[in-house]
Amino acid sequence: MGQTITQKILARHAGQRTVAPGAFIWAKVDFTLGNDITAPLAIDIFEAAGAEKVFDNDRIALIPDHFTPAKDGKSAAQAKRLKDFAAKHKIRHYYEVGRAGIEHALLPQLGLVGPGELVIGADSHTCTYGGLGAFATGVGSTDLAVAWMTGRVWLRVPESMRFVFKGKRPRWVGGKDFILYVIGDIGVAGARYRAMEFAGGAVEKLPMDDRLAMCNMAIEAGGKSGIIAPDKATVEYVAKTRHLTPQTRKEWESLASDKDADYAEVREYDVSRWEPVVAMPHLPSNIKPVSQAGNVKLDQVVIGSCTNGRITDLRVAAKVLKGRKVHPHVRLIVIPATQEIYLQAIKEGLIETFVRAGGVVSTPTCGPCLGGHMGILAEGEACLATTNRNFMGRMGAKGSFVYLANPAVAAASAVTGHITHPAAVAQK
Amino acid sequence: MRQRSDLFEGESETFEGSIVIKGRVHRFGDDVNTDDIISARYLNTTDPKELGSRCLEILDKDFAKKAAAGDIVVAGKNFGCGSSREHAPVALKGCGVGLVIAESFSRIFYRNAINIGLPIIEVAQAQELKAGDEVEVDLVKGTVRDITQGKTYQAQPFADFICRIIDAGGLVNWAKSGIL
Repeated sequence: MGQTITQKILARHAGQRTVAPGAFIWAKVDFTLGNDITAPLAIDIFEAAGAEKVFDNDRIALIPDHFTPAKDGKSAAQAKRLKDFAAKHKIRHYYEVGRAGIEHALLPQLGLVGPGELVIGADSHTCTYGGLGAFATGVGSTDLAVAWMTGRVWLRVPESMRFVFKGKRPRWVGGKDFILYVIGDIGVAGARYRAMEFAGGAVEKLPMDDRLAMCNMAIEAGGKSGIIAPDKATVEYVAKTRHLTPQTRKEWESLASDKDADYAEVREYDVSRWEPVVAMPHLPSNIKPVSQAGNVKLDQVVIGSCTNGRITDLRVAAKVLKGRKVHPHVRLIVIPATQEIYLQAIKEGLIETFVRAGGVVSTPTCGPCLGGHMGILAEGEACLATTNRNFMGRMGAKGSFVYLANPAVAAASAVTGHITHPAAVAQK
Repeated sequence: MRQRSDLFEGESETFEGSIVIKGRVHRFGDDVNTDDIISARYLNTTDPKELGSRCLEILDKDFAKKAAAGDIVVAGKNFGCGSSREHAPVALKGCGVGLVIAESFSRIFYRNAINIGLPIIEVAQAQELKAGDEVEVDLVKGTVRDITQGKTYQAQPFADFICRIIDAGGLVNWAKSGIL
């Protein structure tokens, strides 16, 4: 029996030739990540355990991104714990506000994660890096602390589900829609404990930013990881930040599931007739095609997050917003995910488009996505966001409503003040 | 010193301990997410008591006040879905919850609970346990006895590997016992 790409990566990190789904492994990690919410707890655990040294100060990222720039005194104290720990242990990849950004946009941008690697992060959206062909999964603060101590993580080898996307991707449909369709199809627990493997011609043609957005939301189907086998586009993406030998390029491009690999399930989709979708409150699986979302009046639109705060997302949004105005009753909040994306958006004139349209542009932060700061909703308010979760009360008051969609839908809806198909606003 | 990797190779080692928990039931539904268990707005602290005082408030505003030490949270499918915040099982422990029984758990919550030593168990008939029932659970045998109703259910017992972490009192102790 052949092995899936996930089994191959895990076997290599467990020092075994093959691994079978269901087996427990004590695997070596290539890279670890913590943020200003999860790392302070990991530091508590690390220090309480009496640990004195981290396993490798080059393989740890500490990113203050959730409640930063600090929203209150307690958040400032938590961010300071990261900074102090980073200084004490000479952690190389600590990034202060101004050089940081949303972790899952920042790490790929800096070249800290790559194909075939095993990455754990104390953040559920760590699965994002599967877009680069890594096995990447979210863990808790104890897992992170123990990985700092030992360089390892315990894992149950997951069964894999394969999702094959065929056909030509219609205009205004993006990676965000691909993954929302899957979550709508299988439900929020449909891939529980499983690796989600995305493949097919329509995925191969997706820009890297869209691939990252797709894998980012594997967790929203309960998945342990999402993964897209690396190809030329992946290699070129990583080559921007790392020197790659011809040998490495060849290895990466041939890293894929065997033809006779075993899957718990295989599903096929034809994307040709898809339109953008919206996840209605209060679950990411509650999807409707945007044309059937009904007349939903909005108070706020957020374009950003680890799902859709990348340059491709901002370009799509700006295209729709250019020369138009945000509806008088709507707050548009645009959050470039990293400083580099922010700067690129300035260079391309995207930021000017957002500001002239009547939107605000924020420093990189997870802020509103998790109801932290920079756009909390009042009771009864509705928000359409390019983020990843629309749980009850997620962005503020218990009686507020969050709708999830791609950046084009978000931009069009900001203009009309209700959920709108981008084609209805933008010129063809 | 024995290396941890040994544990994954031998078939001879079987966990032989006993972990029994008894408490009163609080009922919740399917897909209880980590924002429900502890809202992100309270994550500017790591203090278990403070987190515990806000535990599950979005679903039951007085839960933290009602929960007595050793009480049991019973839920449906996919308990703990959403974020990786370990603050969720910490909050449950912090307000005195002694055990979570669910039809199924999301995977990050599952590993976090095991890692920090919050007992959890999966029972297909979880919905038959009613609010207020007194329940006794043997985590190793996988038996769930509803004392109030006089019924017993069999859960899937934990894998040996998981039992060892539970028995060690969590992942840190387990890791330290073998490596550090």
